[in-house]
Amino acid sequence: MNLEMTPTTSNIFSLFLGVCGILLVLTIFGEILRARAGDNNPVVETFMTRIRSWWGMVILFALALMSGKVGIIVLFAFASFAALREFLTLTNKRRADHLSLALGFFVVLPLQYLFVGLNWQGLAAVFIPVYAFLMLPIVSALRGNSDRFLIRVAETQWALMIAVFCMSHVPALLMVEVEGYPDDRGVLLIAFLIMVVQIGDLLDFFFGRRIGKTRIIPNLSSKTWEGMAAGVLCAGLAGGLLAWMTPFGIGGAVLMAALASAVGMFGTLVFAAIKADRGVKDWSHLIPGQGGFLDQLDSVIFAAPVFYHVTMLIYG
Amino acid sequence: MSLPRKFAAHMVGQAISLLVRFLTAVRADWQGIEPINKQRVYFANHVSNADMPMIWSCLPPSLRRNVRPVAAADYWLKNKLRAFVGPEVFNCVLVDRRPEARETGHDPMQNIFDALDAGSSLIIFPEGNRNMTEDPLLPFKAGLFNMGKARPDVDLVPTWIANVTEIMPKGEVIPLPLICTVTFGEPIHVQDGESKDAFLKRASDALVGLAPQDTRL
Repeated sequence: MNLEMTPTTSNIFSLFLGVCGILLVLTIFGEILRARAGDNNPVVETFMTRIRSWWGMVILFALALMSGKVGIIVLFAFASFAALREFLTLTNKRRADHLSLALGFFVVLPLQYLFVGLNWQGLAAVFIPVYAFLMLPIVSALRGNSDRFLIRVAETQWALMIAVFCMSHVPALLMVEVEGYPDDRGVLLIAFLIMVVQIGDLLDFFFGRRIGKTRIIPNLSSKTWEGMAAGVLCAGLAGGLLAWMTPFGIGGAVLMAALASAVGMFGTLVFAAIKADRGVKDWSHLIPGQGGFLDQLDSVIFAAPVFYHVTMLIYG
Repeated sequence: MSLPRKFAAHMVGQAISLLVRFLTAVRADWQGIEPINKQRVYFANHVSNADMPMIWSCLPPSLRRNVRPVAAADYWLKNKLRAFVGPEVFNCVLVDRRPEARETGHDPMQNIFDALDAGSSLIIFPEGNRNMTEDPLLPFKAGLFNMGKARPDVDLVPTWIANVTEIMPKGEVIPLPLICTVTFGEPIHVQDGESKDAFLKRASDALVGLAPQDTRL
């Protein structure tokens, strides 16, 4: 770690302190609620479990930031691993797919993050959509079981696209080159994306409860158009406040944040449809109080590729 | 067992449980019982060699210390490595399935009763063998009934392990990292005057009842 305080490291540091401050306020708020409501109020306990999980994630993210680009890439590779595991647990498969699934976990996933880390952008962009897409069905077909074959290979490919390909666009932001934006600020762009998307989700939930009337997809998700509009608006405002982290300028940051947040929310709806189809409420129980990695990251996963490509297209 | 050997067994046990948790994120779902230290016989479905380490790893450490899987002597004594892992790491109760290998007059159930009388909990696979069929369970062997009849105070806990067929099908070398859930159901006991077949049927139904609904094709 470079101990010299460059503008970027001092920005990261103040960002970290700011986030810790917010979490501290929320923790104290929760403790006050707990003191008022008694030890076993389920709402308060859920809130506290969520705050604890948030502490865990922030600390993990800070540790990864301190170890530099490699740390971030390894962190997201593990997040991909956990997400792919959740996804493939629920897909259709036969014994004939065993090898191709093992290749997905132990070869495709690490290679994708290697390509991202080496900044081989061309290969990172086609490796899963082209090579894994063609090769893994070959491996499955060679084992000779055609039962539901198309469904099996399609679901496996979808899992890899979501959990590995889309997710890898988050650390790929480290490599974004924008005129006048120092190379080492990529970590701040990642923090920007994750923060605005999560803030949008949080406020969508909050406003959805308060003013939400029109459900977007009745009987599938409790999301409402009013809540979503308010959430996207707030994400945009947060983006404007955090514009110093980005190369976009204030107006651009507002629009990029709103775009990422909106795409992310529709992504959450797609995931709600998949979960309803498979008859599960959460993808897993790995993060206490928040379900699985995919439940926590679904919006970021959908937002990341769009955010990455628009950044490259307009500012790159 | 010497102290360094004991320490090595403990460390290997920790490593196995860590690896199982890292790969399969194995989760215990305590539906019918609480995770407290009470003498129990956990009886589970058996499809793969990974079943026993799976249950073992998802038990909290305080329960794990007191639990002994019942396992086949012919498998676990085959070579030195297995003889270390089975009896020393997992603290298995070994039972010989081959009548010709037993000393004359030795009842294979005796080792199991001794372990129960010493206060240990047990993990058993009442189907006797790995289930390679499409049916959810093979017919149970009589052992579970004999235990329940001879030691009526011990809780017999149905334990369903989901997903292991996909994680490690027979004949595959690389385990797939998929999520495994172990569901513990409500304990059952042999009732007064209940016949062997009636009890085994009831036990088998209780176990199958824990299997999660699979909506896949």
